[in-house]
Amino acid sequence: MGQQESMSVRVLDPVTTSPGLWQSMIAVLRRDLRLSVRQKQDLLNPLLFFVMVVALFPLGVSPESDFLREAGAGILWVGALLATLLSLDHLFRFDYEDGTLEQMALQPQPLFVLVLAKTLAHWLVTGLPLVILTPMLGMMLFLDGNSVAVLCLTLLIGTPVLSLIGSVGAALTVGLRAGGVLLSLLVIPLYIPVLIFGTGTVMAAAGGSDVSGHLALMAAILVLALVLAPLAAAVALKISLSAS
Amino acid sequence: MWQFFHKLGSPKWFYGIAGRFMPWLLGFGLLLALAGIVWGLAFAPRDYLQGNSYRIIFIHVPTAFLAQSVYMMMAVAGVITLVWKMKLADVFVRAAAPVGAILTVLALFTGAVWGKPTWGTWWIWDARLTSMLILLFLYLGIIGLAHAYSDEKTAARAVAVLAVVGVVNIPIIKYSVEWWNTLHQPATFKLTEKPTMVPEMWVPLLLAVLGTYLLFGWAALYRMQTEVLRRERRTRWVKELIAAGGGSQLKSRGA
Amino acid sequence: MAFDSFSAFVVMGGHGPYVWTCYGVFFLLVALIAWLSIRDRRQVVRSQQREQAMVSSGQADTARRARAGGGFQRIPTTQNESISKS
Repeated sequence: MGQQESMSVRVLDPVTTSPGLWQSMIAVLRRDLRLSVRQKQDLLNPLLFFVMVVALFPLGVSPESDFLREAGAGILWVGALLATLLSLDHLFRFDYEDGTLEQMALQPQPLFVLVLAKTLAHWLVTGLPLVILTPMLGMMLFLDGNSVAVLCLTLLIGTPVLSLIGSVGAALTVGLRAGGVLLSLLVIPLYIPVLIFGTGTVMAAAGGSDVSGHLALMAAILVLALVLAPLAAAVALKISLSAS
Repeated sequence: MWQFFHKLGSPKWFYGIAGRFMPWLLGFGLLLALAGIVWGLAFAPRDYLQGNSYRIIFIHVPTAFLAQSVYMMMAVAGVITLVWKMKLADVFVRAAAPVGAILTVLALFTGAVWGKPTWGTWWIWDARLTSMLILLFLYLGIIGLAHAYSDEKTAARAVAVLAVVGVVNIPIIKYSVEWWNTLHQPATFKLTEKPTMVPEMWVPLLLAVLGTYLLFGWAALYRMQTEVLRRERRTRWVKELIAAGGGSQLKSRGA
Repeated sequence: MAFDSFSAFVVMGGHGPYVWTCYGVFFLLVALIAWLSIRDRRQVVRSQQREQAMVSSGQADTARRARAGGGFQRIPTTQNESISKS
């Protein structure tokens, strides 16, 4: 399947058509989205994982509403983080194995633009569904309406950062056979600031204070990640490709 | 400048110059570190607030400082690897990473043991200890990645990217952890920030810090020499060196 | 001297165990770094010495055969071999 799809990328030949940045970005984005829709299991797994991890906390720690209300934001954030981590290994792996990635690296467009498109596709199929599921799980953890709203907002800003930072780790480990475990080791320390600001914002909202400053800070991190992560991931991908 | 760069690229030149520096680094490092530690342990006055447990500072602060600077140095070496493709930079990263990880473990351990008499508990989610823990994760990631690739050149560049990405994150991590800390513990007792530190306390501390830096310099050069020997063992100068002196002479030059 | 006697120095006003554990572990791990570094150096030098001795005493053929056979050859040597060739 990947082979056929990669044709649509290869059609963007520099000599014949020479498409602009936007065109090639959208082409990669559409291709990745179509691929993930076809592989429904890969699409569902992170979401199921997210729901199950969240369900473990009331069972494993305490179903008391007091505890869950206090820990809910943290539980949902950690769940979203782990679910993203689980899906990261697939971000470049299939394209790497069937050679599509090598073709992308040969395109006249800078590789980081295509990496950005792939990361965006990754977020659309994992990060965004997680955010959509969050209100329901938030209710189950006895979070009040305001907290759920702020939590969804932080996840909406935070999950793209998770995908972006994760793309660097995925690019570094794509050439390795046992890359998955190493990937978590590399990426988790880099996730800590987003996790802290995400849960801290919800706590501040629950405490009744204004959170626009917090959200602005998270947005700043998102912008920083948006600018730097695709560049780093592109460099890392080229290194991984040169090794094979 | 460029000639210097060029020379630095030559492993043989590096091997010789490192051998000339190392005895000085080792000698002065041992002298300063031991002087600082003995002074701090036996002669520095007792702290009025923490009693004698504060004497842990004379190893806690040097290891913590050094652990952080070693990561910075590795990131600088990473930039050099990526931009100028200088092999010695990668040799340094490989030589320094395990030492840095052990130093981080030491800083964490001494911090935790210091916490017991000071805070009444072995571990506290204090901003400094937490950042050190994250630093340890970063080190372990680098060591893991360096060993995951079988090809040395790829490993070097991948590790360089990771070190640079990590160092961009370190300020953000530090800031976020400090912010998180104030969120959860409004009034923490800071371990090392003593506003009233008399010279009898900070002078030995300074000696210990300088000494450990010099000792790290020795360890880094010695380990880099080993790595250079291993990588260059097909060349004539290494063969001649080994044939002429053998292991004992090489060892005495280092130790 | 900040202490009246040697025993006071050891006890450290009740904080002795903490202080001495820290210093003990510190010196232990510093020694570990030194030991690991010296061991690595010795391994590199010895394996290289052995190789050169084999080659220079006209046993190049035996050396090559031993390497090809692989069975009892030191593993690091053969690994490094493959890296340097690639």
